[in-house]
Formats: sequence, structure tokens, C-alpha cells
Amino acid sequence: MTGLGFVTPIGQDIETVWSSLVEGVSGVGPITRFDASDYACRIAAEVKDYDAERFMDRKTARHIGRYCQFAVGAAKMALEDAGLDPHEMDPDDVGVIISSGIGGMEEIERNHSALLERGVRRISPFTVPMMIADMAAGIVAMQTGAGGLNYAIVSACASSGHAIGEAAEIIKRGDSVAMIAGGAEATITPLTMGAFIQIKAVSERNDEPERACRPWDVERDGFVMGEGSAVLILEDWEHARKRGAHVYAEIAGYGGSADMYHVTAPHPEGQGAIRAMRKALTKAEVEPEEIGYVNAHGTSTKLGDVAETKAIKAVFGDHAYKLAVSSTKSMHAHLLGGAGALEAGATILALERGVLPPTINLDKQDPECDLDYVPNHSRKADVKVAISNSFGFGGHNATLVIKKTEPN
Amino acid sequence: MTQELDFKELQNLAAEILGIDPNEVQLDKSFQRDLAADSLDLVELIAAVEDKYDVELSEETLEGMKSIRDLWVFLEEKQKSKAEA
Repeated sequence: MTGLGFVTPIGQDIETVWSSLVEGVSGVGPITRFDASDYACRIAAEVKDYDAERFMDRKTARHIGRYCQFAVGAAKMALEDAGLDPHEMDPDDVGVIISSGIGGMEEIERNHSALLERGVRRISPFTVPMMIADMAAGIVAMQTGAGGLNYAIVSACASSGHAIGEAAEIIKRGDSVAMIAGGAEATITPLTMGAFIQIKAVSERNDEPERACRPWDVERDGFVMGEGSAVLILEDWEHARKRGAHVYAEIAGYGGSADMYHVTAPHPEGQGAIRAMRKALTKAEVEPEEIGYVNAHGTSTKLGDVAETKAIKAVFGDHAYKLAVSSTKSMHAHLLGGAGALEAGATILALERGVLPPTINLDKQDPECDLDYVPNHSRKADVKVAISNSFGFGGHNATLVIKKTEPN
Repeated sequence: MTQELDFKELQNLAAEILGIDPNEVQLDKSFQRDLAADSLDLVELIAAVEDKYDVELSEETLEGMKSIRDLWVFLEEKQKSKAEA
């Protein structure tokens, strides 16, 4: 892993994101993307003042969805951080997997309104390219010159966990030298917010937005919607070494599974999550006792928090009480298809810099959630191996095993 | 009562749709060759022109237009016939 790029509610560059994570800064505030005054949930973590034209020409920015605008910015920053320019490489050597859980929702809604209010001829001819969930991968290839394997993985809130895991596999099997991998989402829209309110999934703590996302706290009342993009540059080890690249960490293993249980609820015992974590550890050839940190999916819903805690205990046994678990969603909120990549990025920085980001707003721990969740303050810890969990509606689970790079 | 058409307004409209500077939109400019408009851009331009000028502009008509001048002449004629109506 040689490059990182972020367009997030807690920062739009590595150092701002990192300092937010370490200082426990919340990116949640009142919704300004649309008039949410008659919504039960009026809060979200928005990306503020993103200048898409810093990364692409005006025409391109106009013709792609908001989630794709985020992805292009994150991908270009990640490539710059890695010091890698696909234009200078064989086009087949660099691939792209950038996921979105939903796609161009804002653009679908806008054009559906145009259809109803002004007729079929007022649907924008760009509606299809703006709404489809694979377009971030496509546009990033066009914008960066990465001409290798190119697609998106859609698995709801696990999408970019899968994206990174599969991208690492693609390099391992020799199909690419480097992969631009991550996720992007922009779903702070009238229909999406309304729909999540209807399934009682989102927090309605409108008076204290920055206190709303509180995984494992008894006072939690749902997740908080976020938006943005995170992109990682994965690279063949030898290729990175030869060109003297800074190697942040290694994606050492990846495991996925299905809950086989319910469309929105996680399996109450975390059965799918258990299998995903075990597979990832096996693939990485890592013993459970070697894991020092779990970057949890931790969305701040009762069902999810309890199921994940049970799953961690099942996988790690007594060691579950020795390792640290935190949910950075407490700060950047839930980027849905962008969440896995942002959290993998947070995990990588935590390993590299020897500081574990906290779970903020954890004042009174749920008795059913009795692990060490790094409450409220970041902590220095020299962790060698960590995992990052991502779970999605539909029962999709993805776990990444991430190893600190050893100096040699 | 009709108003004089303002070329600046058309410049701004086309510039926004095509993602270019308004000053690039000149009478002798070709949509495709000079302004890099593809077929999707032209569909969007039709909708914007129809809304702004309250005219009907078919795809065939726009396809027959080679330059901004053709569109401008079309709008002026429409304006004239409205004034006479």
C-alpha cells in the first residue's frame, strides 16, 4: 500500500484526516445539501467546500455524479502520494476498482423530478453515466491513464472493503502491478435519507450532531450518514521496493462471507462476520493472538454493535479482551460504499504512526458490548497487525488483515 | 411586445452546458469541431435552449446546424415570428 487519498467529512488530505482521527473530531452537522426540516433525521457528515475543478476540467465535473467527483479527487491525491503516474506505465499494469454502494443518487432524484415536473425531454442525457455505480472506476481510468482491470464491486456498506481485498488479490495473481482501489458515496439526498429513516436505521439526535454517532454506547440510536471517498494505491511489493516508494503497510489477507440471514439486519450472533474474519486471518497466515487492533464496522446501531462484539469474541476468544477495537465512524460517520476504504486507510495510518484512533461519544458502554473500544481518546500503541471489518445490507461481510511494514 | 435577443445570454447558456468560457462561444464556432460538443452535450443544449427561449428545437434541426450562427439565426427567426403573431 503506497498511496492514500481522502475526500471526507473530516478532511480532504492525509494530515487533516489523521489529525481529526487522533483528536476525535466529528464531521457530523446539520444537513445543508437539501431542506431536511421536515425529516426525522436532519444531520449528516457532509463533505464541505470540495472543489472538483481542482482535479478535473469543468465539463468533466459537470457530467459526472457527485460521488464520482469525490472519487476522482481521492484517486488523484492517492496517486500523487504514491508518486505513481499510470500514464508513464503500460496501461495494462494499473487497474481500478472503485466501489459505490448506491451510485449517483442525487442525479437520479434530480432527473426523476425533471421527468415528473417537466416531461421526458427534460431528462439529462447524462443521467445514465451519472447514476450508474461503476462510473467512478470508469472515470478514474479516463482521468489517470490506468488501463488495466476496471470495475466496481457493489456490496452496500462492505463495497470498498471488497474492492481493496479483491484489488490485492489481482496483484497477487499477477494481473496488475498496481491497483487504484477504494470507494465513494454521495447519498445525503432527500430520497436516500427518507428511505433510511423509514427503516429506523439513522440517528435522530438532531440537537447534538457531533454526539450522534456513538458506537457501543447505551444512548446510541442509529448510524449517521456520511459522504466522500477514500482511495488506496496497492502495489506489487517488488515494484514498490524497486522504485523506492514509501510502503505504508501490507494488505496481508482478505476474507468475505454472507450472513444468509436478513436484508438489513446482521446475523444476531455475527455468524457471517465470524467466518469472514477467520478466512482473512487464515489467508494472511496470522494467528488471532497476533492481532492488536480491530477497526470495527461499528455503525452505532444496537443490532450491529452487539453482533460484531459477539463475532470478535468468537474469533479471538480471551484475546478479544486484550486487543483494541474502535469505530472511526464515530467521527467520519458512515460513508456506505466508501466506508471500507476510509477505515482501511485509518487502520493503515494507525499502524504506521503507532496511534489508535478512538471511538468518540462512548460515555456509557452497553453491557452487552464489553471490549476495549478505545473510548474517546486516541492511544499510543505499537500494533503490528490489525483487521478492518466491513459489513453490508444483504449480509455481505469483508475483513481485511493489514500488516505494518517492517523497516529493513 | 418582444425583447431583443441578447447574444451574451446565449453565450452564457452554451458555455455552461459545454463547460467552456463564454467568450469561446462565437458566431463562427462549430459545435463539434470548435467547442468539442458531443451528441450528449447537444441533447442537453436543446433542453436548455427550449426552456430559456420557449421554442421547440428538434434534434434533427440542431443536427442540421453547423455553428453557433445557425442557432442564433434560428432563435432570431423564432423571435420575429412570435412578434408577428
